[in-house]
Amino acid sequence: MAEFLSLRDAVSKHINNGDTVAMEGFTHLIPFAAGHEIIRQEKRDLTLIRMTPDLVYDQMIGAGCAKKLIFSWGGNPGVGSLHRLRDAVEKSWPNKLEILEHSHAAMACAYEAGAAGLPLAVLRGYVGSDLPKVNDQIKFIECPFTGERLAAVPSVRPDVAVIHAQRADRKGNVLIEGIVGIQKEVVLAAKRSIVTVEEVVDDLGASVNACVLPSWAVTAIAEAPKGASPSYALGYYDRDNAFYKEWDGIARDRDTFQAWLKDNVFEKGAA
Amino acid sequence: MSLEFSSSEMMSVTAARALTNDMTCFVGIGLPSEAANLARLTHAPDVTLIYESGTLQTKPDVLPLSIGDGELCESALTTVGVPEMFRYWLQGGHISVGFLGTAQIDRFANLNTTLIGDYREPKVRLPGGGGAPEIATNAKEVFITVKHSKRTFVKDVDFVTTVGFGRDGKARDNVPNIGRGPTVVITDLCILKPDPDTKELVVTSLHPNVTREDVIEATGWEIRFADQLETTPEPSAKELEILRDLKARTHAHHASTQSGQQ
Repeated sequence: MAEFLSLRDAVSKHINNGDTVAMEGFTHLIPFAAGHEIIRQEKRDLTLIRMTPDLVYDQMIGAGCAKKLIFSWGGNPGVGSLHRLRDAVEKSWPNKLEILEHSHAAMACAYEAGAAGLPLAVLRGYVGSDLPKVNDQIKFIECPFTGERLAAVPSVRPDVAVIHAQRADRKGNVLIEGIVGIQKEVVLAAKRSIVTVEEVVDDLGASVNACVLPSWAVTAIAEAPKGASPSYALGYYDRDNAFYKEWDGIARDRDTFQAWLKDNVFEKGAA
Repeated sequence: MSLEFSSSEMMSVTAARALTNDMTCFVGIGLPSEAANLARLTHAPDVTLIYESGTLQTKPDVLPLSIGDGELCESALTTVGVPEMFRYWLQGGHISVGFLGTAQIDRFANLNTTLIGDYREPKVRLPGGGGAPEIATNAKEVFITVKHSKRTFVKDVDFVTTVGFGRDGKARDNVPNIGRGPTVVITDLCILKPDPDTKELVVTSLHPNVTREDVIEATGWEIRFADQLETTPEPSAKELEILRDLKARTHAHHASTQSGQQ
């Protein structure tokens, strides 16, 4: 059964230095509050996994939490580059960041294989792409039945999955609505999971086909209202598009970034 | 009577016209999204638009800033998880057209959205492939729309993120279970199509008021022109009105932000 913890205790108890951590949310329900708590607790040497690393990973990388990034699209949606990610890749600031780059289809299959307990995923992928030349985790195998050449990637099995959702009930069952992304798969693929929620309610109000993670499939739940802001939570609040654009200016410069981090994460957000 | 229109409006309208009502289109953010929604609001009201965030048959009132905008989900027939999107709907063969943009394109329509320079020491690190590598091979055909410049239209891309026809034009030959690849590239200057034999991109139509020299000047290789070079039809007053309304609504909705890549 999922344990209800404060966000501080959930991160402190379940995320260790050196862990492989996947924080998902496909441009919706991005777990910003949890990312900021990881920064405040100064977790180090994390291998971060995410299909679309955006601002929260830019912040965590800039804060020095990461040693490696596994991803398939790293940008500021609708705005441009992630400057802290680029600074780490191009100039090793604040430390060297190793990258392992996939396509979305491959990562989606790798998460799904992880959730299914399989060692690898196969897909009709990477035909003609240079990505297999720079990523040794992309191989090609022959279908034993048809002889077709297929791409194979290892499944994703993170130590910890972190997601944000709309609601949990008091037993710890979690409801995810709207763009559900890869969130169910990442929780099921991981050894441990932390789910932050907008609110804890008596009744989830889930329809019969809703995306629900049962309490016994989740490790910890932490209530974190507006925990996905500046991204959005369908039914609760919209995305702060202005901040996404503003971030471009903040993240371009190391000093501006560090000042932002101090004011908005270390001081303002501290529990 | 000739209407006043910009080269980017010419590009969007021409790209929109490439879509027909019966198509199922996997849409990239930015220029493809603008064109696909213009098609839906003009001649192709029933075109099926799909975004990689899992939104099926979506009908946004304003253009999304990113593939995850709430607008896409709320106006969709249904929304599915990302693995289902890529495995069942795309790889399963239900997408007739993948509509992509790019940072770099070469003469064999290979696309680069990964980096400029060397992989380990890039001059410019770009966001990466996202959904494009498999959209380009699993959709039955691919449309590309991108602004025409020497920086974008290079002889050889620095990195093949997403295959067109490979560095020799033969990457799709004898590969089973793969789409036809790029069938048209629409820019703000012209329309290009792959030569049926060599697969090299050839200009087949010049937009109004654009010269061959304009295209030569904006292309990083010795560009060829079709023997029967056409002139692209101008946008109609109705198309321009609907495009401008869409952009105005989008601008107001996103307030201080702009539509861009993914």
